Amino acid sequence: MARVVWGLATSHVPSIGAAMDNHKTEDPYWKPLFDGYEPARRWLAEHRPDVAVIVYNDHANSIDLDMVPTFAIGTAESYAVADEGWGRRPVPPVAGAPELSEHLVTELVDSSFDITTIHQLDVDHGLTVPLSVAYPDPGEAWPCAVVPVLVNVIQYPQPTAARCYALGKALGRAIRSFPQDLKVAVFGTGGMSHQLAGARAGLINERFDRMFLETVEGDPEALAALTREDYVREAGTEGIELIMWLVMRGALSDKILRVHDTYHVPASNTAAALALFEDLGDGDGAPA
Amino acid sequence: MTKARDNYVLDLRASRRGYALNRLCGSLKDEENRRRFSEDEAAYCDAYGLTPEQKKAVLERDWTAMLELGGSIFYTFKLAMLDNKSMQYLGGVFTGMSAEEFTAAMRSGGRKFG
Repeated sequence: MARVVWGLATSHVPSIGAAMDNHKTEDPYWKPLFDGYEPARRWLAEHRPDVAVIVYNDHANSIDLDMVPTFAIGTAESYAVADEGWGRRPVPPVAGAPELSEHLVTELVDSSFDITTIHQLDVDHGLTVPLSVAYPDPGEAWPCAVVPVLVNVIQYPQPTAARCYALGKALGRAIRSFPQDLKVAVFGTGGMSHQLAGARAGLINERFDRMFLETVEGDPEALAALTREDYVREAGTEGIELIMWLVMRGALSDKILRVHDTYHVPASNTAAALALFEDLGDGDGAPA
Repeated sequence: MTKARDNYVLDLRASRRGYALNRLCGSLKDEENRRRFSEDEAAYCDAYGLTPEQKKAVLERDWTAMLELGGSIFYTFKLAMLDNKSMQYLGGVFTGMSAEEFTAAMRSGGRKFG
């Protein structure tokens, strides 16, 4: 049976990818951020999963406002890297895991989550930057296959934090019921506090960010109880992306170990964080 | 100073209002469309069915007006990138600062509210 081996939460700011692609990670502006990633990267290099389930949102690249699925899963054999308006990132295409995708869609629909399926999906920075955060030097191919799980965080109403946490719980159960012996990692991407437009542009709420970063480990229910208005008020219009961390957290067991975390301001116009959790609950009955 | 509101939430009303504008900006993810837009911006706006107010906002690069007319920052940013304008530049426009001042505010821990 498949196991959930670890969960990684990380921001998906496009300029983090650009800093890596343009060899600027040693610049004074970027070095503190990337230094913060280093302990997680060393651990991740020794804990390679077979498949990464990456919970993220598209940014007007594969999904436009003609059709906005609240939750969607990529079902393809492979995913091209999107041109987001400034050229494609020089990173490898992303290999899919269509059998696991099919299993997850089926199990989640049976669990009353109405999942949209996407067969043709160019993956943007929301997915490729987290991969780069974990795996800075992929060479010709990423070290694992990927199942993209997409959440609408751009158009109101976004799904509630509680629904995202519940989706994570169902996702974890679905992964563990996959009959192949696979090691599966789960990424929750986006956040922390940021607002890109309007008079509050540049909002950073470090108090809220640090509370979230701390609480997501031991009391995710408290974060799931916050309304979307709470997230927008405290973390900014785009800070609502934090609800995707709760999908990841829900997919992990109750028994987790925080391997590493880091918090940095600014990465472009946002606060950026990383939190890495080893799942210790495998094999002895994950929580329902 | 800025005339931007505190917040722009892309709800369904804004999404309807900004549909043509966001569709135009979204199209700039394709290199061929970036080329066509740059060749004749006004004609490109007409082809996408922008309202006169939206067309004016695009041609004048009135970033706040684009938001007022239903634009989403994730879409209008593609137009900004075509102009080689950074998110810090846009942040400055929305808050009445230069890109340098806005960047300095971010480096000093970001802008605080409440």
